[in-house]
Amino acid sequence: MSDTQSYLDMQLLRFTTAGSVDDGKSTLIGRLLFDSKSIFEDQMESVESSSSKRGLDHVDLALFTDGLKDEREQGITIDVAYRYFATPKRKFIIADTPGHIQYTRNMVTGASTANLALILVDARKGVIEQTCRHSFIASLLQIPHLVVCINKMDLVDYAEEAYQKVVSEFEDFASKLEVPDIRFVPISALHGDNVVNRSENMPWYHGETLLHTLETIHISSDLDHVNVRFPVQTVIRPHSDEYHDYRGYAGRIAGGIMKPGDEVVVLPSGFNSQIKSIDTFEGPVKEAFAPMSVTITLEDDIDVSRGDMIVRPNNQPQVTQDIDVMLCWLNNKGPQPRAKYLVQHTTNEARCMIKEILYKVDINSLHRIEDDKEISMNDIVRVRLRTPNPFFVDEYAENRHTGSLILIDEGTHETVAAGMVKF
Amino acid sequence: MRYTLNHLKELEAESIFVMREVFAKFDNPVILFSGGKDSIVLTHLARKAFWPARVPIPLMHVDTGHNFPETIAFRDKLVEKMGVKLIVGSVQESINKGRVAEEKGKNASRNALQTTTLLDTIEEHHIDAAMGGARRDEEKARAKERFFSHRDDFGQWDPKNQRPELWYLFNGKMQMGEHFRVFPISNWTEMDVWQYILQEQIEIPSLYIAHEREVVRRNDTWLPVSDYIQLEEGEKTETKKIRFRTLGDITITGGVESDADTLEKIVEEVAAARQTERGNRADDKRGETAMEDRKRQGYF
Repeated sequence: MSDTQSYLDMQLLRFTTAGSVDDGKSTLIGRLLFDSKSIFEDQMESVESSSSKRGLDHVDLALFTDGLKDEREQGITIDVAYRYFATPKRKFIIADTPGHIQYTRNMVTGASTANLALILVDARKGVIEQTCRHSFIASLLQIPHLVVCINKMDLVDYAEEAYQKVVSEFEDFASKLEVPDIRFVPISALHGDNVVNRSENMPWYHGETLLHTLETIHISSDLDHVNVRFPVQTVIRPHSDEYHDYRGYAGRIAGGIMKPGDEVVVLPSGFNSQIKSIDTFEGPVKEAFAPMSVTITLEDDIDVSRGDMIVRPNNQPQVTQDIDVMLCWLNNKGPQPRAKYLVQHTTNEARCMIKEILYKVDINSLHRIEDDKEISMNDIVRVRLRTPNPFFVDEYAENRHTGSLILIDEGTHETVAAGMVKF
Repeated sequence: MRYTLNHLKELEAESIFVMREVFAKFDNPVILFSGGKDSIVLTHLARKAFWPARVPIPLMHVDTGHNFPETIAFRDKLVEKMGVKLIVGSVQESINKGRVAEEKGKNASRNALQTTTLLDTIEEHHIDAAMGGARRDEEKARAKERFFSHRDDFGQWDPKNQRPELWYLFNGKMQMGEHFRVFPISNWTEMDVWQYILQEQIEIPSLYIAHEREVVRRNDTWLPVSDYIQLEEGEKTETKKIRFRTLGDITITGGVESDADTLEKIVEEVAAARQTERGNRADDKRGETAMEDRKRQGYF
């Protein structure tokens, strides 16, 4: 296989990074980019000159990830930034999120599309409050893989005991997490141990390097290929001579495998039909699966429009006007009692009301707080939403696309909350 | 049958999803077309997104008047092939009307002037969403962009106050007079774009392919000789085999020496490159946060 061919056949892994202030997250990302040769000469020159302007005698790898003027001036990360690198095996998208307490909303944002979360722990400090919080958010957002990097091993003499202590601390509270796959790697981001290259300082570690883990972790099963969910985005009507009566439903498959001939039902109308064809620019396909973008035609001429969902008759989502969700509040302004918002769920949109606030979650311990129902920024709360029309929802744990929603303030148009459906 | 997509197919599916969302959510969207490879990929994706219908979204070109002639010829041919409407905003007209003043000096360019023309054209045509081919890997300020990027009624970007963007639920709500910039290929890298052009055999302007050209050495790059640049004392023109990694104005876009005269060779060259593609763009060299500063004001 030529180089060109192998590049064409790469898999995409999206991961998010979380850490506390000063635990070396930016340095780690800089190290991954640098050691995988994803940093270009002119970027290097620019960072070298910034480093010396700041009076540093080494190249500050962290500067590769600081983008905005204020961030460079203050040495902090303000907003989610996306980074890209590739190895011959995979292409990676990093959602780099700030670790400060007030920026939980950024972490939720970065985690929402990630297959994997990288959690950094300072080997000297061990598992701290922020480690727990980041891990809980990863779990809440149903990220299937967690890689815990125990960093700054150089500052604990690369000692196995220090590593084992952190692993055991982490495992103690990890039983509360809903993450099926957790791994540990002892690293030094500053010196590069076990990041891309195997460390000679830690012969006792027989596991994989961080990059090798990222390159090989099995992600093909992360998507739902069982439950067919097709939210309709728009109707394609060419009105041309060649496609005079063509009526196709465009959308991205949110779950399951679809084939021509399949019996389907359209929600909310409840009309049954069969898939006539699944069309793409390259021609019709025999089957299609998540996350493909396709256009579907049906055997029967029924009314289907944006916001509708095409599913199998024997496997349907919940159809309900009362949606129980875990909300992450993202806005400075908390909701008034029985406040109304716009809700967006798949391609569907409506008004909704926060009918009931059930409890808040202490993000450090996962305990329920039932006597304080005042919601403010970064709170995780369990609420019941009421919509004027039925929505078609799945549990977020079953499907991240049909189980997620956002709330929008009707006055300011800001996105104020992210919700995960949990019955 | 393996139920996985390779990275190009996954990126393609994501971009098509975004473009369809734009079509469904906005009344008057356009695709910003520069004649560069990224906007060409965008038009290719648009054809896929709405097939078998014609692309229902016009192209909009901000014409600085300092184009490579190849760019305009390519644009007109593409518009005809796609059967779409073309909206042109002219920087020359903005200058004539006194909206902006031409820069002076040997490094003068019309790059910064484009912002005014772009915003005026958006306003004149009541455009509520302008899709662009910007990618997050291009530049550090762009790494912070959303897919749906809100612009206030002055067309400005407020990077510290962006709406959180979760899953694939895009918030396209705005007040009268505001608009959105949408970046469907946010997650693509330069390498992805070239791989995709190769895989799909997408037609691109010959400027990207290595060719003999009259050039002058200035600011560590090979600037093409044209009516719009004045030679300084001591500068001499040479003929070199070069190609362009990005296409902007003819006055600011430097070429690199290259023998890559096929798509395959370009992909190999990109894979081996030690400089970012914007390294030859004079517009990005005007300070450490040049792109952020321009973007805040409403630049592409």
